[in-house]
Amino acid sequence: MKKSVFALLSSVLVLGTALAGCGGNEQAGQQNNGNSGSQEQPAAPAEPKGPQVLKLNLHSEPPTADPGLAEDTTSGAIIRATFDNLMRLKDGKPEPSVAVDYKVSDDLKTYTFTLRQDVKWSNGDPVTAHDFEYAWKRVLDPATAANYAYQLYYIKNGEKFNKGEAGITRDDVGVKALDDYTLQVELENPTPYFLELLTFYTYSPVNKKVVEANPEWANEAATHVGNGPFKMETWEHKSKLVLVKNENYWDKDAVKLDRIEFSMIEDLSTELSMFENGELDWAGEPLGDLPLDALPALKDQGRLTTHPIAGTYWYKFNTEQKPFDNVKIRKAFAYAIDRKAIVENVSQGGEIPAMGAVPPSMALNPDGYFKDNDVETAKKLLEEGMKESGLTELPPITLSYNTHDGHKKIAEAIQDQWKKALGVEVTLKNTEWKVYIEDLHEGNFQVGRMGWLGDFNDPVNFLELFKDKYGGTNDTRWEHPKYKELLTQSASETDPEKRKELLAQAEQILMDEMPVAPIYFYTMNWVKADKVQGVQVDGLGFVDYKWAYISE
Amino acid sequence: MIRYLGKRIFYMIIALFLIITATFWLMQAVPGGPFTSEKQVPPEIEAALNAHYGLDKPLFEQYVDYLIRVITWDLGPSFKEKASTVNQIIERGFPVSLHLGLQSLAIAIFGGITLGVIAALRHNKWQDYTAMVIAVLGLSVPNFILASFYQYIFSIKLGWFPIAQWEGFEYTVLPSFALAALPLAFIARLTRSNMIEVMSQDYIKTAKAKGLSTFTTTVKHAIRNALLPVITYLGPLSANILTGSFVVERIFGVPGLGREFVMSISNRDYTVIMGTTVFYAILLVVLVLLVDLAYTIVDPRIKLADGGKE
Amino acid sequence: MQLTKEHFEPISMDLREAEDIKRPSLSFWADAWRRLKMNKVAMASLVFLILLGLCAIFVPLISSHDYYTTELTNKNKPPSAEHWFGTDDLGRDMFVRIWHGARISLEVGFAAGLIDLIIGVIWGGIAGFFGGRIDEYMMRFADILYAVPYLLVVILLLVVLQPGVGTIIIALTITGWIGMARIVRGQVLQLKAQEFVLAARSLGADNGRIIFKHLIPNALGPILVTLSLTVPQAIFTESFLSFLGLGVSAPVASWGTMASEGLSALRYYPWRLMFPAIFISVTMLAFNLLGDGIRDAVDPRLRK
Repeated sequence: MKKSVFALLSSVLVLGTALAGCGGNEQAGQQNNGNSGSQEQPAAPAEPKGPQVLKLNLHSEPPTADPGLAEDTTSGAIIRATFDNLMRLKDGKPEPSVAVDYKVSDDLKTYTFTLRQDVKWSNGDPVTAHDFEYAWKRVLDPATAANYAYQLYYIKNGEKFNKGEAGITRDDVGVKALDDYTLQVELENPTPYFLELLTFYTYSPVNKKVVEANPEWANEAATHVGNGPFKMETWEHKSKLVLVKNENYWDKDAVKLDRIEFSMIEDLSTELSMFENGELDWAGEPLGDLPLDALPALKDQGRLTTHPIAGTYWYKFNTEQKPFDNVKIRKAFAYAIDRKAIVENVSQGGEIPAMGAVPPSMALNPDGYFKDNDVETAKKLLEEGMKESGLTELPPITLSYNTHDGHKKIAEAIQDQWKKALGVEVTLKNTEWKVYIEDLHEGNFQVGRMGWLGDFNDPVNFLELFKDKYGGTNDTRWEHPKYKELLTQSASETDPEKRKELLAQAEQILMDEMPVAPIYFYTMNWVKADKVQGVQVDGLGFVDYKWAYISE
Repeated sequence: MIRYLGKRIFYMIIALFLIITATFWLMQAVPGGPFTSEKQVPPEIEAALNAHYGLDKPLFEQYVDYLIRVITWDLGPSFKEKASTVNQIIERGFPVSLHLGLQSLAIAIFGGITLGVIAALRHNKWQDYTAMVIAVLGLSVPNFILASFYQYIFSIKLGWFPIAQWEGFEYTVLPSFALAALPLAFIARLTRSNMIEVMSQDYIKTAKAKGLSTFTTTVKHAIRNALLPVITYLGPLSANILTGSFVVERIFGVPGLGREFVMSISNRDYTVIMGTTVFYAILLVVLVLLVDLAYTIVDPRIKLADGGKE
Repeated sequence: MQLTKEHFEPISMDLREAEDIKRPSLSFWADAWRRLKMNKVAMASLVFLILLGLCAIFVPLISSHDYYTTELTNKNKPPSAEHWFGTDDLGRDMFVRIWHGARISLEVGFAAGLIDLIIGVIWGGIAGFFGGRIDEYMMRFADILYAVPYLLVVILLLVVLQPGVGTIIIALTITGWIGMARIVRGQVLQLKAQEFVLAARSLGADNGRIIFKHLIPNALGPILVTLSLTVPQAIFTESFLSFLGLGVSAPVASWGTMASEGLSALRYYPWRLMFPAIFISVTMLAFNLLGDGIRDAVDPRLRK
């Protein structure tokens, strides 16, 4: 046994020293990269130049490459690159992609899409309207057990079919291929954001023949078939995924990249180091993240890109328990938070202080509903609220958050702010994520952190969270009849202006009642190599590499 | 010996059965399930999901199903990674962890024993103190700090090794050393402590009196006896190291098995939790058995099968 | 010269005097203490550990800073006259936080170490000594405990128990003693076959006496070494458990927590990692050197 140990160790040493020789070059490369990175280059409209290879980090193994089953950003990025929907977001606007044209009925409830006839799957099969019909019904079929089926509930009878309601079959679902290149979609309600929804990955088509022949088609590169700008070349699970240009893509002239190579590094510092070393062309969001402590330095060097996205970070109050059953006490705690200090010094990612529930990109009232860090009003409200509740002193208050360094820092800062502003001692409690969610859902908390990232670009996505007392995402146990009514009205309102007015009234009620204290609106932060151009990150934080290219 | 082995294997199977049972029920008792998310799933959908993955059956039935799955070594699909089965996850991750683990074990055993012997032979001299400072640093600097530190010095500053990923031998060096640090330090201290003890024993004095050289005495007589506690430690250590380390794999981007032990639990990925636990448990009980057998070989005075001599 | 009988004088020999002990009688522990005192390295370590304990108690009491007040505009400042160890990412004084953290880390580390020691020695001692079926049952039980995913157990504890130092110590000792038990069992297996055990037994010593007076003291070396592994392990596992929500709640932070949080700052604000890491390492070094000293002091063979 000892002998083999010797052999192994000596080989370790020998190869180790041999390697040291090549090491010097790598270091030189790193320094060069560092220099060019710090120089601010004018953003000249660059032409694709040099090898069209993009090196990215996926942060983790994509759980799936099947659009029907995907429910996370990592899978989403791969699917967006390997599939093409009826519509595709370009510069934030939905544009016809596989669809060439569409008609909307007067009641805004029926859409008729005409499909391009030259669209092919990566295996050469033509993409037809039947593929879309099949794909959507497959997602809604309870037997598929797709977690994101609710993304298709806007389609007539979609929810009923998915929930297995009696008498509703696959054929009742409001999507139908009238012929190979015409798709008719009926909706439950006029949905002003439906075209945007269509860009979401759950609405991607799948190749009926392939899926039916092999249920495991999406698990390996060899059997994966898409209709997007790229196709999968290799998928070494947990370590590497390579996409190459899809020569069968209908719009292949717009695609400049030949290859996208994804590594799967989970550690944030490692990811950043590899970027600094030139091994990656991009570090940070939307696929990865940057270490909190690196943000100030990267910002000072002018390398950091900050991109606001539709998401709100907030503290939920349990409105059924003392002391937060009193609206004035809730408001006092909400007003006493110094949001500006938090985004500048704690979260540090250029987040926007939130004085409303709906993010700026879809804001109903851009000025906000209250003043940040309003200690005076907060003190007054606390005093009044305590009198109303008949309290002479506050019961012990616990602020909960799920285990995460960032949430912890914010909680510590707010704990100290409440202490300084209101003289209230708050205990912090952190819990493992799944236990935390269960606690929140069961009302087993007083104040708890939560965040919401928009599924689509419409205020209703944020407002409807608090519609029902026991709704899936409310947690605050707050309910308001007028608020409910306004949201219900807005669902059937066809005039966009009137609809916006109704939603604005609803947000006003939400902020008057303050079941949640908004803290900030999310942003995404990343650093990228200067040569990388044309990567599109939209307002929801979804990334599209279709138009990306390298310009050295 | 055969009788003893037979008995041991019987006990091992019982232990495995109890491990599976305990893990299964613990897993069920822990709050949250695979489908718990911030957006509460409507009850109808949750029912459909549960039916799809067989979670709608009574718990006891699921438990029996699971036992059958273990016996047939068909561990089922992963809940989280829909593209993989648990068998695939283990088959992909284990070879990587095994490779890394064997290298680390080699470094730890060889380095630890060398350091420990040198320290013992130079008891209370500077060599001893130096070796022990190294060992204590290895024990008290946890591997997540050490791994980051190695990466910073040897990859980023000096550029000797790649920063991360798993593409060839040069990629394995830093993670191996990071993983080896703690066992190396521990083995060094154990060896030293036992060597000091052994060196004062009569048979060493006899050997020296016979005129044997220090080297022969050390290697032939002392080390062999000083290694017993090290061997004890090697069983569970090997099981741990060969199944990978979450921290080291994460920092160096190694696609090993270690992360599954942690991630499956955070995700409540039931089948992966069970699969990795069973796999680890089998490795553990087998290695513990090997250790006990190694005992009798290294020290012929030890008889394991006896029931006390009185 | 003629030697006659007169030249000789019988020495008065009192047989009883032969039994007299010339050196002052010292108990085992007094002798160990005497020998420990002669070991300069060990004594220096002991003094250091005592000072560390005193500082942990008194520094937070007398310092002009406290561990929780944030000063966001003064965050991540390097060591200075005002903040000796710099400030952390919320502008809190690292010096006071280190000493405040010492309370938790030392408490948790040593309490868990001690409990592991007691359970492990008893469990391993009994299993190794009796061997056979008892050994089999006891060690297979340890295997089961060792193989069941620890994280699951911890999450369950999180639900059942209130977070705090006590809970942390419980969580740490659930599996912490197993390594110790294995080592002790291995040692006992080896030692019980040796001659002095047979000698003791023929003198009529009972099992308890043999285990605890003969076998365990002879296994002290590996036991102390194992302890030197369990204590720092406990200190770091504590940070992991606190991270999961089982430990002391923020803003209190132990050394382990500070070190793991400081890790991502290594490149930018190294003092946030260095100070807790140095404190942990130096404390462990002192603890180990003291342990080695104690080992040498109680080793009967090294007695002069």
